[in-house]
Amino acid sequence: MKRGNPWLWSAAALVYAFLYIPLIIVVLYSFNDSRLNAEWVGFTLFWYKALFNNTEMLLAARNSLFIAVCASFCATLLGTMSGLAIHRYKLKVLPVLVFTPVAMPEILLGVSILLFFLQVLNFTLGMVSIIIAHTTFCIGFVAIIVRARLQGMDESIFEAARDLGASPWQTFRLVTLPLIMPAVVAGALMSFTLSIDDFVITFFTKGVGEPILPIQIYTMIKVAVTPEVNAISTLLMLLTLVMIIIATRLESNGSSEGSAKTHPVKQAAK
Amino acid sequence: MKEKRLARLLVSGPPLLFLIVFFVSPSLIMILTSFRFPGEFGGLAPITPLADQATGEYGLTADAYQFFFSDFIYTEIFLKSFAVAFGTTLICLILAYPLAILIARSRKHLRNLMVLLVILPFASNFLIRIYAWMIILGPESALSHFINTALGAFGIAPVTLLFSPFAVLVGMVYVHLPFMVLPLYTNLEKHDPSLLDAAQDLGANAWQRFWRVTWPLSLPGVFSGSALVFIPVLGMFAVPDILGGTGDILIGNLIKDQFLGTRDWPFGSALSIMLTLAVLSVAGLTTWFARSATGQRAL
Repeated sequence: MKRGNPWLWSAAALVYAFLYIPLIIVVLYSFNDSRLNAEWVGFTLFWYKALFNNTEMLLAARNSLFIAVCASFCATLLGTMSGLAIHRYKLKVLPVLVFTPVAMPEILLGVSILLFFLQVLNFTLGMVSIIIAHTTFCIGFVAIIVRARLQGMDESIFEAARDLGASPWQTFRLVTLPLIMPAVVAGALMSFTLSIDDFVITFFTKGVGEPILPIQIYTMIKVAVTPEVNAISTLLMLLTLVMIIIATRLESNGSSEGSAKTHPVKQAAK
Repeated sequence: MKEKRLARLLVSGPPLLFLIVFFVSPSLIMILTSFRFPGEFGGLAPITPLADQATGEYGLTADAYQFFFSDFIYTEIFLKSFAVAFGTTLICLILAYPLAILIARSRKHLRNLMVLLVILPFASNFLIRIYAWMIILGPESALSHFINTALGAFGIAPVTLLFSPFAVLVGMVYVHLPFMVLPLYTNLEKHDPSLLDAAQDLGANAWQRFWRVTWPLSLPGVFSGSALVFIPVLGMFAVPDILGGTGDILIGNLIKDQFLGTRDWPFGSALSIMLTLAVLSVAGLTTWFARSATGQRAL
Protein backbone atom coordinates (compact mmCIF):
# COMPACT_ATOMS: atom_id res chain seq x y z
CA MET A 1 0.00 0.00 0.00
CA LYS A 2 1.94 2.95 -1.25
CA ARG A 3 1.03 6.59 -1.10
CA GLY A 4 -0.72 6.73 -4.46
CA ASN A 5 -2.81 3.56 -4.06
CA PRO A 6 -5.83 4.13 -6.36
CA TRP A 7 -8.03 1.74 -4.36
CA LEU A 8 -7.43 3.72 -1.21
CA TRP A 9 -8.17 7.00 -2.96
CA SER A 10 -11.41 5.76 -4.49
CA ALA A 11 -12.56 4.27 -1.17
CA ALA A 12 -11.85 7.60 0.55
CA ALA A 13 -13.59 9.55 -2.21
CA LEU A 14 -16.68 7.38 -1.74
CA VAL A 15 -16.70 8.02 2.02
CA TYR A 16 -16.39 11.78 1.48
CA ALA A 17 -19.24 11.62 -1.04
CA PHE A 18 -21.29 9.69 1.52
CA LEU A 19 -20.57 12.38 4.11
CA TYR A 20 -21.30 15.42 1.92
CA ILE A 21 -23.98 14.52 -0.66
CA PRO A 22 -26.82 14.42 1.91
CA LEU A 23 -25.93 17.87 3.25
CA ILE A 24 -25.55 19.32 -0.25
CA ILE A 25 -29.01 17.99 -1.12
CA VAL A 26 -30.51 19.65 1.97
CA VAL A 27 -28.96 23.00 1.01
CA LEU A 28 -29.95 22.73 -2.66
CA TYR A 29 -33.57 21.92 -1.93
CA SER A 30 -33.85 24.91 0.38
CA PHE A 31 -33.76 27.00 -2.84
CA ASN A 32 -36.13 24.72 -4.73
CA ASP A 33 -39.44 26.12 -5.96
CA SER A 34 -41.48 23.06 -4.98
CA ARG A 35 -43.16 21.74 -1.86
CA LEU A 36 -41.74 18.29 -2.45
CA ASN A 37 -38.10 17.41 -1.85
CA ALA A 38 -38.22 15.34 -5.01
CA GLU A 39 -36.97 17.06 -8.12
CA TRP A 40 -35.46 20.40 -9.02
CA VAL A 41 -38.10 22.84 -10.30
CA GLY A 42 -36.55 26.27 -10.10
CA PHE A 43 -34.73 28.72 -7.85
CA THR A 44 -36.63 30.56 -5.12
CA LEU A 45 -36.05 32.28 -1.80
CA PHE A 46 -39.66 31.59 -0.81
CA TRP A 47 -38.77 29.12 1.97
CA TYR A 48 -36.44 31.61 3.62
CA LYS A 49 -39.16 34.27 3.50
CA ALA A 50 -41.63 31.78 4.96
CA LEU A 51 -39.14 31.04 7.71
CA PHE A 52 -38.72 34.69 8.64
CA ASN A 53 -42.50 35.10 8.80
CA ASN A 54 -42.86 32.06 11.06
CA THR A 55 -43.14 33.77 14.46
CA GLU A 56 -43.06 30.54 16.45
CA MET A 57 -39.83 29.50 14.73
CA LEU A 58 -38.25 32.88 15.41
CA LEU A 59 -39.26 32.66 19.06
CA ALA A 60 -37.79 29.14 19.20
CA ALA A 61 -34.54 30.40 17.68
CA ARG A 62 -34.40 33.23 20.25
CA ASN A 63 -35.02 30.80 23.12
CA SER A 64 -32.37 28.41 21.85
CA LEU A 65 -29.86 31.23 21.53
CA PHE A 66 -30.62 32.34 25.09
CA ILE A 67 -30.20 28.78 26.39
CA ALA A 68 -26.96 28.33 24.44
CA VAL A 69 -25.49 31.59 25.77
CA CYS A 70 -26.37 30.76 29.40
CA ALA A 71 -25.32 27.10 29.20
CA SER A 72 -22.04 27.86 27.45
CA PHE A 73 -21.26 30.59 30.00
CA CYS A 74 -21.81 28.25 32.96
CA ALA A 75 -20.09 25.32 31.25
CA THR A 76 -17.06 27.43 30.32
CA LEU A 77 -16.68 28.71 33.86
CA LEU A 78 -17.06 25.31 35.52
CA GLY A 79 -15.28 23.44 32.72
CA THR A 80 -12.21 25.69 32.87
CA MET A 81 -12.07 25.19 36.64
CA SER A 82 -12.35 21.42 36.17
CA GLY A 83 -9.66 21.39 33.49
CA LEU A 84 -7.30 23.33 35.73
CA ALA A 85 -8.10 21.24 38.80
CA ILE A 86 -7.73 17.91 37.00
CA HIS A 87 -4.44 18.99 35.44
CA ARG A 88 -2.91 20.42 38.59
CA TYR A 89 -4.11 18.20 41.42
CA LYS A 90 -4.32 14.43 41.72
CA LEU A 91 -8.09 14.16 41.96
CA LYS A 92 -10.04 10.91 41.92
CA VAL A 93 -13.72 11.87 41.92
CA LEU A 94 -13.83 15.01 39.80
CA PRO A 95 -12.44 13.50 36.56
CA VAL A 96 -15.00 10.69 36.70
CA LEU A 97 -17.87 13.15 37.23
CA VAL A 98 -16.62 15.51 34.54
CA PHE A 99 -15.96 12.98 31.78
CA THR A 100 -18.76 10.44 32.31
CA PRO A 101 -21.57 12.70 30.96
CA VAL A 102 -19.54 13.11 27.76
CA ALA A 103 -19.13 9.38 27.24
CA MET A 104 -22.55 8.02 28.15
CA PRO A 105 -25.61 7.89 25.89
CA GLU A 106 -27.39 11.23 26.06
CA ILE A 107 -30.75 9.66 26.76
CA LEU A 108 -29.58 8.55 30.23
CA LEU A 109 -28.62 12.08 31.20
CA GLY A 110 -31.93 13.37 29.83
CA VAL A 111 -34.01 10.84 31.78
CA SER A 112 -32.18 11.31 35.09
CA ILE A 113 -32.39 15.10 34.98
CA LEU A 114 -36.07 14.89 34.05
CA LEU A 115 -36.78 12.70 37.09
CA PHE A 116 -34.64 14.86 39.35
CA PHE A 117 -36.43 18.07 38.43
CA LEU A 118 -39.90 16.59 38.70
CA GLN A 119 -39.37 14.70 41.95
CA VAL A 120 -36.77 16.45 44.05
CA LEU A 121 -37.01 20.08 43.08
CA ASN A 122 -40.71 19.82 42.36
CA PHE A 123 -39.94 22.18 39.59
CA THR A 124 -41.73 22.71 36.33
CA LEU A 125 -39.48 21.89 33.41
CA GLY A 126 -38.48 24.69 31.12
CA MET A 127 -35.59 26.94 30.25
CA VAL A 128 -33.82 26.48 33.60
CA SER A 129 -33.84 22.69 33.47
CA ILE A 130 -32.57 22.76 29.87
CA ILE A 131 -29.74 25.17 30.75
CA ILE A 132 -28.66 23.00 33.69
CA ALA A 133 -28.82 19.81 31.63
CA HIS A 134 -26.78 21.34 28.81
CA THR A 135 -24.22 22.72 31.29
CA THR A 136 -23.78 19.24 32.80
CA PHE A 137 -22.61 17.63 29.57
CA CYS A 138 -20.75 20.67 28.17
CA ILE A 139 -18.47 20.95 31.25
CA GLY A 140 -16.66 17.80 30.14
CA PHE A 141 -15.97 19.13 26.64
CA VAL A 142 -14.56 22.43 27.94
CA ALA A 143 -12.46 20.56 30.52
CA ILE A 144 -11.00 18.28 27.82
CA ILE A 145 -9.95 21.26 25.66
CA VAL A 146 -8.51 23.30 28.54
CA ARG A 147 -6.66 20.32 29.98
CA ALA A 148 -5.17 19.45 26.58
CA ARG A 149 -3.82 22.99 26.34
CA LEU A 150 -2.33 22.85 29.85
CA GLN A 151 -0.68 19.50 29.09
CA GLY A 152 1.12 21.03 26.13
CA MET A 153 2.60 23.86 28.21
CA ASP A 154 5.90 24.25 29.95
CA GLU A 155 5.38 24.02 33.72
CA SER A 156 8.46 26.16 34.37
CA ILE A 157 6.52 29.28 33.32
CA PHE A 158 4.34 28.99 36.41
CA GLU A 159 7.32 28.25 38.63
CA ALA A 160 9.11 31.30 37.21
CA ALA A 161 6.12 33.49 38.03
CA ARG A 162 6.05 32.25 41.60
CA ASP A 163 9.83 32.60 41.97
CA LEU A 164 9.47 36.20 40.88
CA GLY A 165 7.09 36.75 43.75
CA ALA A 166 3.65 36.45 42.17
CA SER A 167 0.87 35.31 44.45
CA PRO A 168 -1.22 32.30 43.30
CA TRP A 169 -3.97 34.70 42.20
CA GLN A 170 -1.51 36.87 40.27
CA THR A 171 0.01 33.79 38.66
CA PHE A 172 -3.45 32.70 37.58
CA ARG A 173 -4.64 36.09 36.34
CA LEU A 174 -1.44 37.21 34.63
CA VAL A 175 0.12 33.93 33.46
CA THR A 176 -2.23 30.97 33.39
CA LEU A 177 -5.38 32.69 32.17
CA PRO A 178 -3.83 34.51 29.19
CA LEU A 179 -2.09 31.29 28.18
CA ILE A 180 -5.20 29.11 28.32
CA MET A 181 -7.48 31.81 26.89
CA PRO A 182 -7.60 30.33 23.33
CA ALA A 183 -8.70 27.00 24.81
CA VAL A 184 -11.29 28.71 27.01
CA VAL A 185 -12.80 30.55 24.04
CA ALA A 186 -12.70 27.41 21.89
CA GLY A 187 -14.46 25.55 24.71
CA ALA A 188 -17.09 28.27 24.97
CA LEU A 189 -17.77 28.14 21.22
CA MET A 190 -17.91 24.36 21.34
CA SER A 191 -20.43 24.40 24.22
CA PHE A 192 -22.48 26.99 22.36
CA THR A 193 -22.73 24.79 19.24
CA LEU A 194 -23.37 21.65 21.31
CA SER A 195 -26.14 23.38 23.21
CA ILE A 196 -27.88 24.94 20.23
CA ASP A 197 -27.74 21.64 18.33
CA ASP A 198 -28.70 19.32 21.16
CA PHE A 199 -31.89 17.42 20.58
CA VAL A 200 -31.99 14.38 22.86
CA ILE A 201 -31.40 16.04 26.23
CA THR A 202 -33.53 19.05 25.31
CA PHE A 203 -36.32 16.69 24.30
CA PHE A 204 -36.44 15.17 27.80
CA THR A 205 -35.93 18.32 29.84
CA LYS A 206 -38.03 20.81 27.89
CA GLY A 207 -41.41 20.39 29.59
CA VAL A 208 -44.38 21.89 27.79
CA GLY A 209 -43.56 25.58 27.79
CA GLU A 210 -41.67 27.68 25.30
CA PRO A 211 -40.77 26.47 21.78
CA ILE A 212 -37.12 25.42 21.38
CA LEU A 213 -35.37 25.21 18.01
CA PRO A 214 -34.36 21.53 17.80
CA ILE A 215 -37.80 20.50 19.06
CA GLN A 216 -39.49 22.69 16.43
CA ILE A 217 -37.34 21.10 13.73
CA TYR A 218 -38.18 17.65 15.06
CA THR A 219 -41.91 18.41 14.99
CA MET A 220 -41.65 19.75 11.44
CA ILE A 221 -39.79 16.62 10.30
CA LYS A 222 -42.26 14.29 12.01
CA VAL A 223 -45.49 16.09 11.16
CA ALA A 224 -45.23 18.09 7.96
CA VAL A 225 -42.02 18.26 6.00
CA THR A 226 -41.69 21.41 3.91
CA PRO A 227 -38.51 22.91 2.44
CA GLU A 228 -38.73 25.40 5.32
CA VAL A 229 -36.86 22.70 7.26
CA ASN A 230 -34.16 22.85 4.59
CA ALA A 231 -33.96 26.62 4.92
CA ILE A 232 -33.53 26.56 8.72
CA SER A 233 -31.04 23.69 8.33
CA THR A 234 -28.96 25.69 5.88
CA LEU A 235 -28.89 28.70 8.19
CA LEU A 236 -27.90 26.53 11.16
CA MET A 237 -25.13 24.89 9.13
CA LEU A 238 -23.82 28.31 8.24
CA LEU A 239 -23.84 29.36 11.92
CA THR A 240 -21.97 26.23 13.04
CA LEU A 241 -19.49 26.58 10.19
CA VAL A 242 -18.62 30.12 11.26
CA MET A 243 -18.27 28.97 14.88
CA ILE A 244 -15.93 26.14 13.92
CA ILE A 245 -13.77 28.36 11.75
CA ILE A 246 -13.37 30.84 14.62
CA ALA A 247 -12.64 28.03 17.10
CA THR A 248 -10.00 26.33 14.93
CA ARG A 249 -8.40 29.70 14.14
CA LEU A 250 -8.15 30.48 17.84
CA GLU A 251 -6.74 27.10 18.73
CA SER A 252 -4.08 27.11 16.01
CA ASN A 253 -3.13 30.73 16.70
CA GLY A 254 -2.88 29.95 20.38
CA SER A 255 -0.66 26.93 19.96
CA SER A 256 1.73 28.71 17.59
CA GLU A 257 2.29 31.50 20.10
CA GLY A 258 2.13 29.02 22.96
CA SER A 259 4.92 28.95 25.47
CA ALA A 260 6.91 31.61 23.63
CA LYS A 261 4.82 34.18 25.49
CA THR A 262 7.08 35.37 28.22
CA HIS A 263 5.76 38.86 28.87
CA PRO A 264 2.95 37.79 31.26
CA VAL A 265 5.66 36.47 33.57
CA LYS A 266 7.40 39.82 33.60
CA GLN A 267 4.11 41.50 34.34
CA ALA A 268 3.46 39.14 37.21
CA ALA A 269 6.78 40.05 38.76
CA LYS A 270 5.89 43.70 39.09
CA MET B 1 0.42 25.24 52.33
CA LYS B 2 -2.85 26.54 53.70
CA GLU B 3 -3.07 28.90 50.75
CA LYS B 4 -2.49 26.01 48.38
CA ARG B 5 -5.31 23.97 49.86
CA LEU B 6 -7.59 26.95 49.64
CA ALA B 7 -6.72 27.38 45.95
CA ARG B 8 -7.40 23.72 45.35
CA LEU B 9 -10.78 23.98 47.03
CA LEU B 10 -11.69 27.13 45.11
CA VAL B 11 -10.84 25.57 41.75
CA SER B 12 -12.27 22.08 42.17
CA GLY B 13 -15.10 22.86 44.61
CA PRO B 14 -17.67 24.59 42.36
CA PRO B 15 -17.62 22.06 39.49
CA LEU B 16 -17.62 19.21 41.98
CA LEU B 17 -20.64 20.65 43.78
CA PHE B 18 -22.51 21.33 40.55
CA LEU B 19 -21.93 17.81 39.24
CA ILE B 20 -22.85 16.16 42.55
CA VAL B 21 -26.15 18.06 42.59
CA PHE B 22 -27.04 17.83 38.88
CA PHE B 23 -25.38 14.60 37.78
CA VAL B 24 -24.81 12.24 40.72
CA SER B 25 -28.06 12.85 42.57
CA PRO B 26 -30.23 12.60 39.42
CA SER B 27 -28.56 9.25 38.70
CA LEU B 28 -29.32 8.06 42.24
CA ILE B 29 -32.90 9.30 41.91
CA MET B 30 -33.19 7.27 38.72
CA ILE B 31 -32.05 4.12 40.53
CA LEU B 32 -34.53 4.77 43.33
CA THR B 33 -37.35 5.46 40.85
CA SER B 34 -36.83 2.09 39.20
CA PHE B 35 -37.80 0.42 42.50
CA ARG B 36 -40.98 2.40 43.08
CA PHE B 37 -44.61 1.73 42.20
CA PRO B 38 -46.10 3.52 39.21
CA GLY B 39 -48.86 6.00 40.03
CA GLU B 40 -52.43 5.43 39.03
CA PHE B 41 -52.32 8.13 36.38
CA GLY B 42 -48.70 7.73 35.39
CA GLY B 43 -45.70 9.06 37.27
CA LEU B 44 -45.16 7.55 40.71
CA ALA B 45 -47.17 6.31 43.65
CA PRO B 46 -46.29 8.06 46.92
CA ILE B 47 -43.44 6.53 48.86
CA THR B 48 -44.09 5.49 52.49
CA PRO B 49 -41.33 6.46 54.92
CA LEU B 50 -42.35 3.72 57.37
CA ALA B 51 -43.45 0.20 56.59
CA ASP B 52 -47.14 0.01 55.80
CA GLN B 53 -48.75 -1.80 58.74
CA ALA B 54 -51.16 -3.80 56.62
CA THR B 55 -48.71 -5.03 54.00
CA GLY B 56 -45.33 -4.56 55.66
CA GLU B 57 -44.05 -2.80 52.54
CA TYR B 58 -42.12 0.42 52.15
CA GLY B 59 -43.56 1.25 48.80
CA LEU B 60 -40.52 -0.17 47.05
CA THR B 61 -40.64 -3.04 44.61
CA ALA B 62 -38.66 -4.86 41.92
CA ASP B 63 -41.81 -5.13 39.78
CA ALA B 64 -40.33 -3.05 36.98
CA TYR B 65 -37.46 -5.50 36.55
CA GLN B 66 -39.75 -8.51 36.79
CA PHE B 67 -41.98 -6.91 34.17
CA PHE B 68 -39.01 -6.64 31.85
CA PHE B 69 -38.37 -10.37 31.97
CA SER B 70 -42.07 -11.31 31.97
CA ASP B 71 -42.44 -10.57 28.27
CA PHE B 72 -39.80 -11.72 25.81
CA ILE B 73 -40.48 -8.70 23.59
CA TYR B 74 -38.34 -6.46 25.85
CA THR B 75 -35.37 -8.84 25.79
CA GLU B 76 -35.85 -9.01 22.04
CA ILE B 77 -35.67 -5.20 21.74
CA PHE B 78 -32.44 -5.22 23.76
CA LEU B 79 -30.97 -7.93 21.54
CA LYS B 80 -32.06 -6.02 18.43
CA SER B 81 -30.39 -2.86 19.74
CA PHE B 82 -27.18 -4.78 20.27
CA ALA B 83 -27.42 -6.20 16.75
CA VAL B 84 -27.96 -2.72 15.25
CA ALA B 85 -25.06 -1.33 17.32
CA PHE B 86 -22.83 -4.20 16.20
CA GLY B 87 -23.80 -3.79 12.53
CA THR B 88 -23.29 -0.03 12.65
CA THR B 89 -19.87 -0.46 14.26
CA LEU B 90 -18.79 -3.00 11.65
CA ILE B 91 -19.93 -0.86 8.69
CA CYS B 92 -18.29 2.23 10.20
CA LEU B 93 -15.05 0.28 10.64
CA ILE B 94 -15.09 -0.92 7.01
CA LEU B 95 -15.81 2.60 5.70
CA ALA B 96 -13.44 4.41 8.05
CA TYR B 97 -10.34 2.20 7.82
CA PRO B 98 -9.24 2.96 4.22
CA LEU B 99 -9.94 6.65 4.75
CA ALA B 100 -7.98 6.71 8.02
CA ILE B 101 -5.02 4.96 6.34
CA LEU B 102 -5.07 7.45 3.49
CA ILE B 103 -5.21 10.45 5.84
CA ALA B 104 -2.43 9.07 8.03
CA ARG B 105 -0.16 8.57 5.02
CA SER B 106 -0.81 11.94 3.39
CA ARG B 107 1.43 14.96 3.66
CA LYS B 108 0.96 17.05 6.78
CA HIS B 109 -0.99 20.07 5.48
CA LEU B 110 -3.24 17.81 3.39
CA ARG B 111 -3.76 15.64 6.46
CA ASN B 112 -5.23 18.48 8.54
CA LEU B 113 -7.57 19.45 5.73
CA MET B 114 -8.78 15.86 5.31
CA VAL B 115 -9.44 15.53 9.05
CA LEU B 116 -11.36 18.81 9.03
CA LEU B 117 -13.46 17.53 6.12
CA VAL B 118 -14.42 14.50 8.22
CA ILE B 119 -15.42 16.62 11.22
CA LEU B 120 -17.26 19.34 9.31
CA PRO B 121 -20.51 17.49 8.41
CA PHE B 122 -20.53 16.18 11.95
CA ALA B 123 -20.88 19.76 13.17
CA SER B 124 -24.16 20.34 11.39
CA ASN B 125 -27.28 19.74 13.41
CA PHE B 126 -27.88 16.11 14.33
CA LEU B 127 -31.54 16.19 13.24
CA ILE B 128 -30.61 17.74 9.91
CA ARG B 129 -28.21 14.90 9.16
CA ILE B 130 -31.00 12.40 9.78
CA TYR B 131 -33.49 14.50 7.83
CA ALA B 132 -31.15 14.51 4.80
CA TRP B 133 -31.62 10.75 4.53
CA MET B 134 -35.40 11.19 4.65
CA ILE B 135 -35.02 13.13 1.41
CA ILE B 136 -32.57 10.69 -0.19
CA LEU B 137 -34.46 7.53 0.74
CA GLY B 138 -37.96 8.99 0.28
CA PRO B 139 -40.36 7.33 -2.18
CA GLU B 140 -40.10 10.29 -4.60
CA SER B 141 -36.31 10.49 -4.55
CA ALA B 142 -34.01 9.85 -7.50
CA LEU B 143 -32.37 6.96 -5.63
CA SER B 144 -35.69 5.22 -4.97
CA HIS B 145 -36.73 5.70 -8.61
CA PHE B 146 -33.43 4.34 -9.84
CA ILE B 147 -33.46 1.28 -7.60
CA ASN B 148 -37.07 0.46 -8.35
CA THR B 149 -36.61 0.86 -12.10
CA ALA B 150 -33.61 -1.44 -11.91
CA LEU B 151 -35.56 -3.97 -9.83
CA GLY B 152 -38.52 -3.65 -12.21
CA ALA B 153 -36.29 -4.61 -15.12
CA PHE B 154 -35.70 -7.94 -13.39
CA GLY B 155 -39.37 -8.29 -12.58
CA ILE B 156 -38.91 -7.67 -8.83
CA ALA B 157 -41.58 -5.74 -6.95
CA PRO B 158 -40.59 -2.15 -5.94
CA VAL B 159 -39.18 -1.63 -2.46
CA THR B 160 -39.60 1.25 -0.02
CA LEU B 161 -36.29 2.42 1.37
CA LEU B 162 -37.54 4.88 3.97
CA PHE B 163 -39.10 3.70 7.25
CA SER B 164 -37.21 0.40 7.16
CA PRO B 165 -34.40 -1.27 9.13
CA PHE B 166 -32.15 -0.43 6.16
CA ALA B 167 -32.84 3.28 6.59
CA VAL B 168 -32.14 3.01 10.34
CA LEU B 169 -28.76 1.40 9.68
CA VAL B 170 -27.81 4.01 7.05
CA GLY B 171 -28.77 6.83 9.43
CA MET B 172 -26.84 5.29 12.34
CA VAL B 173 -23.70 4.87 10.22
CA TYR B 174 -23.99 8.38 8.86
CA VAL B 175 -24.37 10.00 12.27
CA HIS B 176 -21.53 8.06 13.93
CA LEU B 177 -18.90 7.63 11.20
CA PRO B 178 -16.54 10.45 12.39
CA PHE B 179 -16.30 8.77 15.82
CA MET B 180 -14.63 5.83 14.07
CA VAL B 181 -12.40 7.77 11.65
CA LEU B 182 -10.75 10.02 14.25
CA PRO B 183 -9.40 7.43 16.74
CA LEU B 184 -8.31 5.19 13.86
CA TYR B 185 -6.46 8.05 12.20
CA THR B 186 -4.82 9.10 15.50
CA ASN B 187 -3.54 5.56 15.91
CA LEU B 188 -2.44 4.97 12.30
CA GLU B 189 -0.61 8.29 12.19
CA LYS B 190 1.79 7.07 14.88
CA HIS B 191 2.87 3.96 12.97
CA ASP B 192 6.48 3.94 11.87
CA PRO B 193 6.48 3.66 8.03
CA SER B 194 9.83 1.86 8.11
CA LEU B 195 8.02 -1.18 9.58
CA LEU B 196 6.17 -1.62 6.30
CA ASP B 197 9.39 -1.18 4.33
CA ALA B 198 11.04 -3.82 6.49
CA ALA B 199 8.10 -6.18 5.91
CA GLN B 200 8.35 -5.58 2.18
CA ASP B 201 12.09 -6.23 2.18
CA LEU B 202 11.40 -9.49 3.97
CA GLY B 203 9.09 -10.49 1.13
CA ALA B 204 5.61 -9.69 2.49
CA ASN B 205 3.00 -8.81 -0.13
CA ALA B 206 0.51 -5.94 0.26
CA TRP B 207 -2.09 -8.10 2.02
CA GLN B 208 0.47 -9.62 4.41
CA ARG B 209 1.86 -6.19 5.20
CA PHE B 210 -1.62 -5.05 6.13
CA TRP B 211 -2.73 -8.11 8.02
CA ARG B 212 0.52 -8.85 9.86
CA VAL B 213 1.77 -5.30 10.53
CA THR B 214 -0.77 -2.48 10.16
CA TRP B 215 -3.86 -4.23 11.49
CA PRO B 216 -2.42 -5.61 14.76
CA LEU B 217 -0.77 -2.27 15.50
CA SER B 218 -4.04 -0.43 14.87
CA LEU B 219 -6.08 -2.54 17.30
CA PRO B 220 -6.13 0.09 20.09
CA GLY B 221 -7.61 2.57 17.58
CA VAL B 222 -10.09 -0.03 16.35
CA PHE B 223 -11.25 -0.73 19.89
CA SER B 224 -11.65 2.88 20.98
CA GLY B 225 -13.41 3.80 17.71
CA SER B 226 -15.73 0.82 18.12
CA ALA B 227 -16.62 1.82 21.68
CA LEU B 228 -17.27 5.41 20.58
CA VAL B 229 -19.72 4.16 17.93
CA PHE B 230 -21.28 1.22 19.77
CA ILE B 231 -22.20 3.04 22.99
CA PRO B 232 -24.15 5.99 21.53
CA VAL B 233 -25.91 3.75 18.99
CA LEU B 234 -27.13 1.56 21.85
CA GLY B 235 -29.05 4.46 23.40
CA MET B 236 -30.13 6.25 20.21
CA PHE B 237 -33.83 6.90 19.71
CA ALA B 238 -33.96 9.73 17.15
CA VAL B 239 -32.71 7.73 14.16
CA PRO B 240 -35.22 4.87 14.46
CA ASP B 241 -37.87 7.42 15.40
CA ILE B 242 -37.40 9.40 12.18
CA LEU B 243 -36.09 6.88 9.65
CA GLY B 244 -37.50 3.61 11.01
CA GLY B 245 -40.91 2.02 10.55
CA THR B 246 -43.34 1.09 13.33
CA GLY B 247 -41.46 -2.16 14.00
CA ASP B 248 -38.01 -0.61 14.28
CA ILE B 249 -38.04 0.04 18.02
CA LEU B 250 -34.77 0.05 19.94
CA ILE B 251 -33.99 0.50 23.67
CA GLY B 252 -33.95 4.28 23.31
CA ASN B 253 -37.43 4.38 21.81
CA LEU B 254 -38.73 2.10 24.55
CA ILE B 255 -37.31 4.41 27.25
CA LYS B 256 -38.64 7.53 25.52
CA ASP B 257 -42.15 5.99 25.41
CA GLN B 258 -42.11 5.28 29.15
CA PHE B 259 -41.51 8.94 29.93
CA LEU B 260 -43.30 10.81 27.19
CA GLY B 261 -45.92 8.25 26.16
CA THR B 262 -47.29 5.75 28.69
CA ARG B 263 -45.74 7.58 31.65
CA ASP B 264 -44.56 4.44 33.43
CA TRP B 265 -41.63 6.03 35.24
CA PRO B 266 -40.44 3.00 37.26
CA PHE B 267 -40.29 0.84 34.13
CA GLY B 268 -38.57 3.63 32.18
CA SER B 269 -36.01 4.01 34.96
CA ALA B 270 -35.44 0.26 35.14
CA LEU B 271 -34.83 0.23 31.38
CA SER B 272 -32.39 3.13 31.76
CA ILE B 273 -30.51 1.26 34.50
CA MET B 274 -30.27 -1.79 32.27
CA LEU B 275 -29.00 0.38 29.41
CA THR B 276 -26.40 1.83 31.80
CA LEU B 277 -25.30 -1.68 32.75
CA ALA B 278 -25.09 -2.63 29.08
CA VAL B 279 -22.97 0.45 28.33
CA LEU B 280 -20.68 -0.21 31.29
CA SER B 281 -20.16 -3.83 30.29
CA VAL B 282 -19.41 -2.84 26.69
CA ALA B 283 -16.88 -0.24 27.89
CA GLY B 284 -15.36 -2.75 30.32
CA LEU B 285 -15.15 -5.50 27.70
CA THR B 286 -13.56 -3.16 25.16
CA THR B 287 -10.89 -2.11 27.64
CA TRP B 288 -10.25 -5.71 28.56
CA PHE B 289 -10.04 -6.91 24.95
CA ALA B 290 -7.79 -4.02 23.99
CA ARG B 291 -5.50 -4.76 26.91
CA SER B 292 -5.26 -8.47 26.26
CA ALA B 293 -4.84 -7.97 22.50
CA THR B 294 -2.21 -5.28 22.60
CA GLY B 295 -1.11 -4.64 26.14
CA GLN B 296 -2.27 -1.06 25.70
CA ARG B 297 -5.29 0.89 26.86
CA ALA B 298 -7.93 1.71 24.27
CA LEU B 299 -10.16 4.04 26.25
